[in-house]
Formats: sequence, structure tokens, C-alpha cells
Amino acid sequence: MSSNAMEGGASRLALFLFISVIVLMFAVAAAAAIGDYNIPVKTVFLSVTNELGLTKAEIPPIEQSVVWNLRLSRALIAALAGAGLALCGAILQALLRNALAEPFVLGVSAGASTGAVCVIVLGIGAGSLSLSLGAFAGAFAAFALVALLSNGATSGPNHTILAGVAASQLFNALTSYIVTTSGNAQQARDVMFWLLGSFGGVRWPDFYLLGIVVIVCLTICILMARSLDAFTFGDEDAAALGVPVARIRLVLFGVTALLTATIVSMVGAIGFVGLVVPHAARYVVGPMHMRLLPASAMIGAVFMVIADIASRMIATQQTVPIGVVTALVGVPFFAIILYRARPQI
Amino acid sequence: MTVKAQNLIWGVKRKPIVRDVSLHVAKGETVGLIGPNGSGKSSLLRLLAGLKKPASGTVEINGKNIAQIPRKALSRELAFVQQSAATDTNVTVNDVIRLGRTPHRSALAGWTEADDNAVNQALDRVDMATRRRQPWQTLSGGERQRVHIARALAQEPQVMFLDEPTNHLDIHHQIEILRMVRALDLTSIIALHDLNLAAMFCDRIVVLESGEIRACGTPAEVLTPALLRDVFRVSAEITMGAEDAAPHIRFAAQ
Repeated sequence: MSSNAMEGGASRLALFLFISVIVLMFAVAAAAAIGDYNIPVKTVFLSVTNELGLTKAEIPPIEQSVVWNLRLSRALIAALAGAGLALCGAILQALLRNALAEPFVLGVSAGASTGAVCVIVLGIGAGSLSLSLGAFAGAFAAFALVALLSNGATSGPNHTILAGVAASQLFNALTSYIVTTSGNAQQARDVMFWLLGSFGGVRWPDFYLLGIVVIVCLTICILMARSLDAFTFGDEDAAALGVPVARIRLVLFGVTALLTATIVSMVGAIGFVGLVVPHAARYVVGPMHMRLLPASAMIGAVFMVIADIASRMIATQQTVPIGVVTALVGVPFFAIILYRARPQI
Repeated sequence: MTVKAQNLIWGVKRKPIVRDVSLHVAKGETVGLIGPNGSGKSSLLRLLAGLKKPASGTVEINGKNIAQIPRKALSRELAFVQQSAATDTNVTVNDVIRLGRTPHRSALAGWTEADDNAVNQALDRVDMATRRRQPWQTLSGGERQRVHIARALAQEPQVMFLDEPTNHLDIHHQIEILRMVRALDLTSIIALHDLNLAAMFCDRIVVLESGEIRACGTPAEVLTPALLRDVFRVSAEITMGAEDAAPHIRFAAQ
């Protein structure tokens, strides 16, 4: 009976992943076709096959360039960022045993914004590369502070969350201090826009870097998925089931920090995805992490690509910050799940 | 499997909690750990199960020092049932019991027939086989405790440690749980508050007071009015049961 249940679960996951890969491909194709200047899907397809050297179709060079150099890289980075944030959220919700945990709970986004502000306002370095580096350094500084305050994240979930809150407050205060004392109105606006997240300006090199980070982190997380399940009844219970609790915690906190810092440094602090997508995934494939982690990553990827399309379509002639769209698109969707999953009492 | 503790010492900062405890539990024995609140029952249980590291002293399981056995291998030998462990996650009875197979599975290994058998046997043992699809959140306290015990059994351990497994349960379920544990073909060490239940279901009783073993022996040997007055600060009458029956304690109101 239970082996059937297991096979049922595995085939259900396989079906789910198959469907979500197809949906993701359609979403990415749509993202490459839709824009201020719409391009037919056929041209999109031929642009890609041309670039890959599979075809030599005659299409306008400008359209091929827009598809390949601007929209496709942007859509794929959106997919990776969505997958990464959702994965981090699922892991932190399990490790911290808190349904409200999300990728930024350990102060990573606050640290990243301080780093970014140092670059934008104080002008340490110049150009977009140093903005990313500044954000990355800030994110890791915040994570190091949290790790220090929580004894390498071994002090229990609430202690770790409090350490994260303290680090977030500190770095947010630093950001505000720097902006108010030395920034002008335009700089403040730049910072604000950057914080809400944007996929504008991302290119292929960003995709390769983020792709490697996401794949490595996802692999590590899948290898530790069984151990994450053992945290269902708390740390001590996990230890009694033979899980090296301190090591798993430290490795997974490190992985989420690396992944979140990389994403934030490229596209800003995009909220909501990391909090909500794991809950949606749990609703579809259940709470066990061998299924939950890949499902969260896929849903996060699809969701982010669609949110990015929406961000370019909602207002004509301008792009709404992606963080605004993830909340606008996501909340109604999440409300349905919350309503349908409410306790039947 | 035998459990042997020698000169265990453990404390928090400068406050000693377990002071120089030595204990020998024979294969198949059911041992009750009793003592007032704060006497170190839970701490001793965790030291024996390898969940806390003693400041000094050793614990041996079948003659092997548990400090030298990797955590995962240790979890295939001994299981630990916490008192009323809870979760907010929406898991089913089946999910919870499958967690018991964690120490037997590698990171990516599939679900094997051995895993399946262990889970099914554990479910039968606690009489929850027809309830495996039921969500955890809908179980009563007694059912949850039964599922925890089934999960421990799915580990296929030789020794089981239970920390006040009957807490918050009504008397029917208290007796049901302890009868079930006693019937298992395992060495078990149970921290308990109810002295009559300890007398009814344990082969031997260990009395802890301020982190030291005050008395150790069969219920009839250990549970005396003098000891209850000294350790638990209650006056009680004790009626010895005939033949095999357990001694019965009646507490005085004054």
C-alpha cells in the first residue's frame, strides 16, 4: 500500500515537473515575444535556433538581437532568480520551523542594500559590476553578523530569527543614514528603484553565473532533502533520527545566503516569491522536501517569468518594479490557496 | 542490548544537573526513571541516548562506547521518543512514520521493501494501520503519542528511550501506551511521573534526586514510605501486591 503511495507520489512529481517545464518554456517564449515592440513567436523561435547554429533563417537582425541579447537572457535570469528565491524560502521555512520565513529573514537583503547604497551614493567604485559586488559584499556581511550572533546558527530557530531581525534593522538603518546624509533626491530614487528589484540590464554573463550558483545550490539542497524532513518535529528529534543537525544547519544557511546574495546583487531584493511559492508548492506536492524543493524551484521560475512579463505590460512606456508585480500578481493567487487550504473546523 | 552508563556528569554552566550516575540495564529490561521535577530525569535520558555529550563519563551500548559511534549508525540502534513533540507542518501519519527510516536511508536511495515492511509493522504494532492517510493535525494526544512510538519502532532500534510518554494523556491512554511499550521486544528506559504506573509496568525503577541515583531496584524494593517521604516529600501508604502484582501507592492528603 505504501509502496504504491510512494510510486504515486513519485509519478505525480514527475508529471508535475514535466508540465511545469513545458509551462516554463511557453512563458519564456512569451517573455521573448512580448514587449514595447512585439515579435512573432515564429521569429523568436528562429532567432534562438539561428543563435544556436541550428538554422540560418532570414530574419531582421534587430529582431534577432532583441530576442537573444535582451529578452531571452532576461527571461532566463528571471526564471533562475524565481527558482532560487523559492528554494531558499522552502529551506528556511523548514530549518527555522516558521511558516513566515523567507530568503531575506537572515538580513541578506538589508545587507545587500547597504552595500549597493555605498556604491550608488558614496561612489565607491563605479559601474554596474561594482554595484553587484557591493551588494554581494553587504549581503555576506549581514549573514556573517547573523551567524556570529546565533553561534553559527546553532542556537535554535527563534534565536536565529531574532539575530536576523537585528541585522536587518542595523543595515536598514545604515542604508537610511547614508541616503539621508549624503544623497540627493535622484540618488534616493535610484536606491529605492534598485531595492524593489529590476531585470533591466541583465545579460548573458549574469545568466551563466547565476545558473551555476542555482544548480550547485539546488544539488546540495536535494542531497540534504531527507535530513530537512527530519526537522519536522524540531532539532532534537532530527538528531535522534541520526541527522548531524549543526552541520546541516550551517551548510544550508550558507547555501541560502550565497544564493540570495547572488540574486539580490544582480536583480535587487524581489519580495514575496520566496515566502509564498513554497506554500503553493506544498499545496501541490505535499510537505516532504524531496518533492517540495524541485517543485518550489519550478513554480518560482514560472511565476517570476510571468511577473516579469506583467511588469512590462501593466503600464505603457515604463516598467513597474518587479517586486511590486510579484505582490500584485501573487497575492490574489495566494489568497485562493489560503482560502481552499483553511482548516475545516 | 545492554545499556551501561559509568560516572556520567553533566551540567549547565556551573550548575551540575547529573552527578556521577552509573547504571546498568540488561537486555529486554523495562526500566522506569522517576524523581521530582528538576531531578535530572530528562537530562540523564538524553545523555544515555547520546543526544547530549557528558562532561565526563561514558555510555556503552552492548559494550561499545556511543561517543565513538557515528550519529546515524547510533540511530539504527536506539530510538528516542520526546514528550509530546509537535509540528505545524501538514503531514500524514504515514509521512511521520516514514521519518523513522531516515537513519537507514542514504541521501538519494529509493524506498525499499525493507523500509516498507518496517513501516507496516510499526503501524500494526500501534494499531494505526487503517489511519495512515490521516493528517497529523487531526489526531488526538494519545494517537499522536502512538504515532511517535511507531516512528521510533520504524527505526528498528534495540533500545528505546521515552521521555514522559504519558504526559497529558487520560488514564486509559496512559495504560495503553505503557502496556504497548512493555510488550515490545526491546530494552526500554522510560522517564515517568506517575509512581503507580511505574510500579505496574517497569521491571526496575531508578529514583533520581538532585542528579544522583537515590535508589535502584524492583518496584517492591524501591517504593517505600520512607523513600517517598524523603525524595518526593509526600506521605503514602504502600500495599504490596500478592505474588507478581505491583505494589500500590496511596497518597495521604496531609
